[in-house]
Amino acid sequence: MALRRDSVVLGVLLAPVTIFLGVFFLVPLLIIAVFSFLTPGLYGGVEWSFYHWNYGRIFGWADGIEEIYEPVYLQILFRSLAFGVLTVALCLVLCYPVAFWVARLPERARLFFLFLVALPFFSSLIVRLYAWLLILKPSGVLNETLIALHIIREPIELLYTPAAVVLGMVYVMVPFMFLPLYAAIDNLDRSLVEASMDLGANRRQTFLKVILPQTIPGIIGGSVIVFIPSVGNFVVPDVLGGAKGLMVGNLVEQQFLSARNWPFGSALSMLIMSVVLAVLLLATARARKAGGQA
Amino acid sequence: MLEIRGARRIFTTPEGGKVTALDRVDLNVDENEFVTLLGPSGCGKTTLLRAISGFEMLDGGTVRLEGADLSKLAPFRRPINTVFQSYALFGHMSVARNVGYALEVRGVDRAARERKVSDALETVGLSDMGSRRPSQLSGGQRQRVALARAIIAEPRLLLLDEPLSALDRNLRQQMQLELKALQARLGIAFIFVTHDQEEALTMSDRVVVMREGRIEQIGTPREIYRHPRNRFVTEFIGETNIFALTVDRIEGDLARARTAEGTCLSLPAAGRSRGEAVTAVLRPESLHPGAEGIAGTVMRSVYLGSDLVIFVRPEAGGAEIRVTTRDGADAPMTGDAINLAYDPAVIHILEDR
Repeated sequence: MALRRDSVVLGVLLAPVTIFLGVFFLVPLLIIAVFSFLTPGLYGGVEWSFYHWNYGRIFGWADGIEEIYEPVYLQILFRSLAFGVLTVALCLVLCYPVAFWVARLPERARLFFLFLVALPFFSSLIVRLYAWLLILKPSGVLNETLIALHIIREPIELLYTPAAVVLGMVYVMVPFMFLPLYAAIDNLDRSLVEASMDLGANRRQTFLKVILPQTIPGIIGGSVIVFIPSVGNFVVPDVLGGAKGLMVGNLVEQQFLSARNWPFGSALSMLIMSVVLAVLLLATARARKAGGQA
Repeated sequence: MLEIRGARRIFTTPEGGKVTALDRVDLNVDENEFVTLLGPSGCGKTTLLRAISGFEMLDGGTVRLEGADLSKLAPFRRPINTVFQSYALFGHMSVARNVGYALEVRGVDRAARERKVSDALETVGLSDMGSRRPSQLSGGQRQRVALARAIIAEPRLLLLDEPLSALDRNLRQQMQLELKALQARLGIAFIFVTHDQEEALTMSDRVVVMREGRIEQIGTPREIYRHPRNRFVTEFIGETNIFALTVDRIEGDLARARTAEGTCLSLPAAGRSRGEAVTAVLRPESLHPGAEGIAGTVMRSVYLGSDLVIFVRPEAGGAEIRVTTRDGADAPMTGDAINLAYDPAVIHILEDR
C-alpha cells in the first residue's frame, strides 16, 4: 500500500516537468526532425513532400545536382567543432589552476570568489559582447593603450578574426567550466594526495597519477557543458566574428530568419545535435569508466 | 632510531587564537619497537605523527631518523610510510596497483613490482583480490590493502593513524593481534596513534600518553597501568578508584589513612609520614568481597559476561567505589552490605595530588 501511495506522490511531483518538457522540448524537436525531410517552400515554410536534398546539401551536393560537389557546409561544421574544442581546451587550462587555488582559500574568500564567477550573469550577454567589441576594435581600448605605450605603431586587426570569436566564447563559457571543475577539486580527498606523497610520489607524479584521475569527472562534466553550447553558438560569432567568422550556429540562424529555408535549417540543426549527442555519449562512457571512486 | 627533540607546533585558529599542538615533546623510538601515542582527541598525537611523516612542519625542535635530520625533507623523500585513518586508497586504481604504487613511482620494473605486490597481498591475506577496485572491498579488507600498500617499499618506520577506528569490535581485536604479529615479522618500528587505551595496552611495547601537546608519561603498558604518574594518566588508562587521603598514623609496615568522609585505607608505610596528604589509586580488579576492608552497600551492578562490575557506596560516605568481580552464584546483589578487601601493596600513590 505504502509503495502504491509513494508512486502516486512521485507521479504528481514529476507530472509538471514531464508535461513541460514534452510540450516545449520533445514536440518542437519532433517538428524539426520532420521538417528536415520536407521540401522548402518557395516563400518560406514547407511543402509536405519528402525531400532528402536538405542533407545532401549539407554533405556537399547542391540541391538536386549531383555533379557539383562543394562541401562548404561541412567545412563550417568542422570549423565550429574545432572552435568548440579550442574553447573547451582554453577554458580548461584557465580554470583548472584557478579552481585549485580557490578550493584552498578560507571559507569567506572562497564564497566571494564564487560570487565573482557568477557576476557576469547579472548583465546581458549582448551588452557584455559589445563591450568586447569596444575593447577589440581598431580604435578600441586595447589598441589605443598599446599605441599609447609605444608597443605598437598601427592598430592590430583584432576584431572580426577567429581569435576574437574564440576569445569571446572562452569569455562566455569560463563560468560553466569553472563550477564543475571547482566542485570536483573541492571534493578531492586531501588524504589521497598525502597518501601519494607518503608513498614516495613527487608533486608531478601525484598530480598525474592521483589528482588528475580523481578530478576527471569534473573535467568531463565541464568540457561537455562548454562544448555543446560552443558548437551551436551564433551570438558570439555574430558580434565578434563578422562575415568571415561564420559558424554552424549562424548558418542555422540564417536559414530560419533570412534565407527562410526551414527544412535546410532543420537538417543542419539535426546534424549539430547528432554530433553533440555522439560527443556526450562518448564523454559519459569515459566518465563512468573513471568514476570508480572508493 | 627515531629521535624527536623539543618538538613544538603552534596553530593559529581562524579567530586569531593560538593553540599549542606540541609543546617541547621528546621521544625516542628504538629499532623494531611498537610505540603507541595515546591520548584524547586534540592532545597532539596526530600532529606528532604528521611531523614525523612530514605533512606538518615543526615550529621548533628536530626529528632525526638514524641520525639524519628529517626536518627539511619533503614527505616523499622520507623512508617512512603511513597507514591513514581513512585508508586513503586510490579509487581509480585496482587493489594491486594501489599496493604497488610506491614501487611504481620509484620506477621499479613491472615484473619485480608484480612479484612484490603478490607477496604483500599474501602477507595481509588478500592474495586473490588484486584485480578488484577498493570500492568492492569490505572495511576490513580495505584496511589490509592500506597496510600492504604502506609496507611494500620496506620503510624504516611505519606510522599508523588510528587505522582500526572504523572497524567493528571483533575485527578490531583480531587486527590488533595481526598488526602486532606483522610488526614482529617485518622487524621494523611501528608508531601507532589511538585514543583507545585498550588498543594501546594490547599491542604496544611502550605507550606514550599525551595531553594538550605534552607527554604525560612514557612506559610499558604494565608500567602505565600499574604505576600511572598522575591523575590524568590514571583516569585515561582504564577504570579506576581514586582516593584523596590524609595519613593518620603509621603502624609497622602499614600507614593508616582516611578520606575526608572517614573511609579508612591501609597503605604501604614506606615513604609516608603522619599528616601527609596523598592520592591513592585502587583498580576495580584489586578489590574483592571479603571479611574485612572497606564497609559499604552495593548500589547497582553491571553484568559484563564473565565479569560483574558492582558500585559500592562506602558506609562513611563519599564517591561510589567501582569493583570488578567474577560473576557466580555468590555474586553480590544490589542492596547487600559488603566488605571490600584489598592487598595494601597494590595501592598506588600518585606523584601529584
